[in-house]
Amino acid sequence: MLKSMLMKAAATATLTTGLALGTWASAQAVELQFFFPVAVGGKAADTIQALTDEYVANNPGVKIDAVYSGSYQDTIAKVITASRGGTPPQLSMALSADMFTLIDEDLVVPFDDYLKSDEDKAWIEGFYPAFMENSQTGGKTYGIPFQRSTPVMYWNKEAFKEAGLDPETPPATWEELVEFGKKLTKKDANGNVTQWGVRIPSSGFPYWLFQGLTTQNDVILANSEGNKTNFDDPKVAEALQYLVDLSTKHGVMEPGIVEWGATPKAFFERQAAIMWTTTGNLTNVRDNAPFEFGVAMLPANKRRGAPTGGGNFYLFKGASEEQLTAAADFVKWITGPEQAAKWTIATGYVAPRPDAWETEAMKTYAAEFPPATVARDQLEFAVAELATYQNQRITTFFNDALAAAITGQKDAATALQEAQAQADAVLAEYR
Amino acid sequence: MLIRSREWVHAWLLLLPALFFLFAFTHVPAVMTLWNSFYSTPRGRRPARFIGIENYERMIGDPVFWKVLGNNLWFALGTIPTSIAIAIAMALWVNDRLAGRGFVRMAYFTPTVLPLIAVANIWLFFYTPGFGLIDQAASTLFGWPQTNWLGDPATALNAVIVVTVWKEAGFFMIFYLAALQAIPPSLVEAAKIEGAGRWTIFWRITFPLMMPTTLFVSINAVINSFRLVDHIFILTNGGPDNASSLLLFYIYETAFKYWETGYGATLTVAMLAILCALAIGQFFFFDRRVHYK
Amino acid sequence: MIAAADAPARPRRRRFDLDRALNTLAAWALALLWILPLAFAIWTAIHPSAYEARFELLAPLTFENFEKAWGAAPFARYFLNTFMLVTLILAGQFLLCTLAAYAFARFAFPGRSILFTLVLLQLLVMPDILIVENYKTMRILGLVDTIPAIALPYIASGFGIFLLRQTFLTVPRELDEAARIEGATVLGILWRVYIPLAKPTYLAYGLVSVSHHWNNFLWPLIVTNSVDTRPVTVGLSIFSAIDSGIEWSVINAATLMTSGPLLIAFLLFQRQFVQSFMRAGIK
Repeated sequence: MLKSMLMKAAATATLTTGLALGTWASAQAVELQFFFPVAVGGKAADTIQALTDEYVANNPGVKIDAVYSGSYQDTIAKVITASRGGTPPQLSMALSADMFTLIDEDLVVPFDDYLKSDEDKAWIEGFYPAFMENSQTGGKTYGIPFQRSTPVMYWNKEAFKEAGLDPETPPATWEELVEFGKKLTKKDANGNVTQWGVRIPSSGFPYWLFQGLTTQNDVILANSEGNKTNFDDPKVAEALQYLVDLSTKHGVMEPGIVEWGATPKAFFERQAAIMWTTTGNLTNVRDNAPFEFGVAMLPANKRRGAPTGGGNFYLFKGASEEQLTAAADFVKWITGPEQAAKWTIATGYVAPRPDAWETEAMKTYAAEFPPATVARDQLEFAVAELATYQNQRITTFFNDALAAAITGQKDAATALQEAQAQADAVLAEYR
Repeated sequence: MLIRSREWVHAWLLLLPALFFLFAFTHVPAVMTLWNSFYSTPRGRRPARFIGIENYERMIGDPVFWKVLGNNLWFALGTIPTSIAIAIAMALWVNDRLAGRGFVRMAYFTPTVLPLIAVANIWLFFYTPGFGLIDQAASTLFGWPQTNWLGDPATALNAVIVVTVWKEAGFFMIFYLAALQAIPPSLVEAAKIEGAGRWTIFWRITFPLMMPTTLFVSINAVINSFRLVDHIFILTNGGPDNASSLLLFYIYETAFKYWETGYGATLTVAMLAILCALAIGQFFFFDRRVHYK
Repeated sequence: MIAAADAPARPRRRRFDLDRALNTLAAWALALLWILPLAFAIWTAIHPSAYEARFELLAPLTFENFEKAWGAAPFARYFLNTFMLVTLILAGQFLLCTLAAYAFARFAFPGRSILFTLVLLQLLVMPDILIVENYKTMRILGLVDTIPAIALPYIASGFGIFLLRQTFLTVPRELDEAARIEGATVLGILWRVYIPLAKPTYLAYGLVSVSHHWNNFLWPLIVTNSVDTRPVTVGLSIFSAIDSGIEWSVINAATLMTSGPLLIAFLLFQRQFVQSFMRAGIK
């Protein structure tokens, strides 16, 4: 109590005595440690740092130490170890799909306790619902979306022209993807393929892009409680069979596991005329593609669909009430329209709230570079990224099943049934 | 008596710092690994509890464990003899008065200085289907179709083995080079006068005399075949479907990705047991052949 | 040696030359194959990214990749971390291994053979394998995410103790005794007699240790998680593992920068490097 009075006094003192004492006062202010991972290179880290500095300059009562914590994997490791060691951060960005893991490890507190007013509640309602699916469970909000993305389809307009296709019309359905893909697949005199029609990468985390196919086939992979998966649903097997058929039956995609990291390069080198990858690649493709390209939503089957991905803000246990209140306020500010617009323009991530798209900056950006709006428009059809308790293990079971089917080791249905059995064994204790 | 006990004290004082660190980070953890392999993984509010051999039962029934174990044996078989054979050839060549010896020696040794994690990215490019270096060369020279070296379970592990051999051979070469230079030239000359060819000289004189080096290098190679997993992080991440995963990589995933430290300890015990068995076996195998001075 | 051998047997000379030409050819072919990754790294690093997969002789040169890599990650800091790390490890290893090796080489005491076996055991059971337990230890000590945490498991090296003991054993006893008669202390003898005579061993071992720890990856990956402690290898892996795909030109520029010091040092001291191995009797 005394401490908080002192802090308030210090904050008031700062406001009254002005900038001269600013440095001294900030030492007395609420101090926050904020971990953030960055998945798309240097510019994103600079933007977060700049935004944090701007907030601190306008809020002398708060001091935020923004720590760039590497990859998402590093960040979660750091958060878990720091918490077990008794020094958790107060605020961190982590994968939205890790929500259940963080709850299971008993590390996070919901935002609801710090966003109580009706205005705050309305503010939470203001995020795209597709992003909130991964952020709420059991009626509580654990994550606030910020560094979020979704996969889209890029196509090479020149290759379309050469193949006698309309360069302005991307495939809109599964059938069209195969049909266009066949026309786009080129072979040399020896009968060796020199350009594939389609490229859907399947290395590392194949479940993510595959979730595009399952959603389009109208099936959800896990329930919203995170304790039951749906891997053995026949519709999932159907989607997997479609993916496998792209290479084995239709011959429009490179066989075997397709490397994620080499995908943009394969696109630039005209090795593939259509690629699926994250919106986080927009800037990269715009800068490096030596031909005209288009960006479209993923094609539809029973419906349109795509997963979301990326990171949310989380509040951590062990912090004081002042710290958590300050952290929640910072999160509210940084996801605000102007800030989110700056963030989206700098990185290519999808602004998490419709109001950011109404700002002047975003309108100009969207007008200059229309592909940027494709991801936003696709959000209407997007679903939560696969997330369960013990998320890493469950997704590994699933990834292994996908890899086994793609490489022809097992047939789709068997592989998925085995993954489901493994997942059930792990998740049983969470039901 | 007094002098002798003073010598004891001196010896113990000299040893103390090294032994302290040695025990703290090797012997005690090795014993603790065994101990912890009988406990469950602490998670959130649930502390670790004694579960007997449950972790071991799980390991026996874990298909991924058997798969990575098989992979690791194949990896050892693929890397150890190849890298030793290449290292010997390299050492013989570099020891000879070869045109441009300086360059050749440098070329052989560079992989040792480059971090595996970094060169893995370069190899990833070499292996990339279509526009990767291997496919470009194979298609220009022989008109071969694209090959997905890393994305096919039949070739993924072998692709990883090639990178490992490339990395290791130059390092082993140095040891053989040192051994070669220690062989008295008179022996080789005497053999030549008797009309022995290069091949005979190698098998009758050089190779037997280098046996202690081969023992040393092969122990190193065995350990490396369980220790070198850096490149897997970049090249395949253990895929497809664990086709190129090795034991240490699986231990890493279990303990630091799924945070199952109890089961991770059990897997480590399996690894230690295999290493000890191999070392003992190797020692007896070579013991009869090594030509000690 | 070869010239001397073929002098008396003239008729064999022609066959010998063919043999030699074939060997030279094979040696060169292997050398070119072995240097290919480095050559590719240099090629991509000094050309625009469009030429990553196209090898045209007249491709434009650029320095941009290095600037990009340098700007995209705090490599200066990573460098400093690696430098501090290898210095700390090397200093620790030299100190601890020297003392222990001296004890094993020149003192008789109870338990010597058992302790030496335990030391040799570390050649087999390396800290690299005990990542799970060592991580727990670091957490208990509160050292996770510090440079000492990366270094500590390695500073008492079984290999180093073994190597130095073998070298010390070759030092003539007479020198030892002469110094003792002059009244030198135990440590004085070590400092004045043994260490100077073991210089090549120190050099060889130092080079192996530095190149090994400069390139070590798995343990630092596990035990560090911030810019302030991460060595270059971990920094590189994070730098290259980004969502938006691999940019080989920039990654290879970063690779060259990070292994540059080691590479240049090796090129300059190649001969000494190899010879110190030989003189150290690592064979």
